[in-house]
Amino acid sequence: MSIELINASFSYPGGFLANENLNLVIEPGERVAIVGQNGAGKTTAVKMMNGLHKPTAGDVLVDGKNTKEYTTAQIARTVGYVFQNPDDQIFNQSVRAEIEYMPRYFKLSAAETRRRVERAVTLAGLEDYMGKNPFDIPYPIRKFVTIAAVLATEPKYVIFDEPTAGQDRRGTQILETMMDELQKEGIAVVTITHDMEFVARNFDRVVAMAHRNILADGTAAEIFGNDQVVNEARIRRPQLAQLALDLGLQGILNGDELVNALD
Amino acid sequence: MSLIELENVTYHYPFCKEPALRQISCTFEKGKFYGIIGENGGGKTSLCNLLRGLIPHFYRGTLEGRVTIDGTDVRDWNTGRLSARIGYVFQNPFTQISGIKSTVFEEVAMGLENLGRPKKEIVDEVLRVCKLLDIENLMEKSPNALSGGQRQRVAFASILAMDADILVIDEPTSQLDPQGTQDVFEIIHTLRGTGKTILLVEHKVDLIAEYCDEVLVMQGGQIVRKGPTAQVLADPELAELGALQPQVAMFGHAMAAAGKPLEEIPITLEQALRLVRRRRGEV
Repeated sequence: MSIELINASFSYPGGFLANENLNLVIEPGERVAIVGQNGAGKTTAVKMMNGLHKPTAGDVLVDGKNTKEYTTAQIARTVGYVFQNPDDQIFNQSVRAEIEYMPRYFKLSAAETRRRVERAVTLAGLEDYMGKNPFDIPYPIRKFVTIAAVLATEPKYVIFDEPTAGQDRRGTQILETMMDELQKEGIAVVTITHDMEFVARNFDRVVAMAHRNILADGTAAEIFGNDQVVNEARIRRPQLAQLALDLGLQGILNGDELVNALD
Repeated sequence: MSLIELENVTYHYPFCKEPALRQISCTFEKGKFYGIIGENGGGKTSLCNLLRGLIPHFYRGTLEGRVTIDGTDVRDWNTGRLSARIGYVFQNPFTQISGIKSTVFEEVAMGLENLGRPKKEIVDEVLRVCKLLDIENLMEKSPNALSGGQRQRVAFASILAMDADILVIDEPTSQLDPQGTQDVFEIIHTLRGTGKTILLVEHKVDLIAEYCDEVLVMQGGQIVRKGPTAQVLADPELAELGALQPQVAMFGHAMAAAGKPLEEIPITLEQALRLVRRRRGEV
């Protein structure tokens, strides 16, 4: 049981090749960050994982099911994808309606719907926004509305596409607590992000992409320790990891480690 | 007289009980690069909307106090004329892109077309900004077929093409990769060098630290700090004010708390490196 990309390629209509021969396995309960330059194919790759895109060559298996043989709606019950642009996803008039939509669509009981909505709202920190129109609240908080709407479907794997974009301290903390809670429940989280400090703090496994391909797949320390990967994927080391390297100290990713390593 | 002056400004969006901006008084000088940081919902985008004249001309609502741009009250500015004077890069590039142009080239040209510029000038200018933002390879593509980061560059290019002397930029790098982000800061830095005044909303405080002249911190609709970049970003209370702090500044405070203080609180990597080396007696 896992998400498997097997020599998976994807060309957009018109022939633009966005992913070429990707091989990647996401295990249940795992936490994986996908990093890399703009246009590297990160969003295309994760859209293949939930069946929004079907590979134009190769295969994608979700818990053994080949996504080509199922509808996106069927796959999305197992793999939830939160869009990069919240405005592409939201269509209801209130935050509550948006989050309740899928549980209602699944025809769940009123009690189950309430439980799921409450859980999603608590995880996403949206208690104060339930009655509002999603388009009246700030963009980064609107992003949490789309996250909550996907969490309310209770997928086994969840994919966040740049959830850190525009987030402040509070928003980033909510994301971190949310990922910890999801991990306790055994839910896998795949996150595309450009925030390398967020990656260093929260992810053991990092996949770096460049030029339609997976460049490297390893621990955060391995990825940030590799000059070639850092340069080719156009990522930057977290500031303190760079400071540690400049001081000749290897393998340090955060401030506590660095303070301890210095006299 | 300062380029932009705000005096006791309080603003309510229509039908909102709580003001989005409270009792703001401050000035912005010509040719300086200002960074605006702080928690979401703190009033950063509302301040941008105000300076661009979208408040009160588009959003209506209740504006109290006085806002002048180049000595003229914002209420008296013709919005068309103000748009040529102040370029505004929206927070969400998906919103800014017009959706009515079929190529990136035309999208970037649209503002200049609306200003009625001669064709040759438009073409030259579009080519110039596309080169500057490294999107020449996208010029023939549809703006709707671009990735988030590519769209953000196109949105930025469209505003740069208009060559306004004041730029209000709301999180231009939120969807960009780290190298692309650095590139955008370099471009803004270059623009500052040509005498433009820049107000930038950003959460990436490590880059604010390297490039901005002054930093404003907003919280609850108020400006809770304003001053030289080094002073504001090293402030130990920054976290309590809801703002992010450069990692090296937090590291500086942590070193002090661990009884191993550096000579001062660093805000840039270079400075941190120098201070640690000095502490180790290497320099």
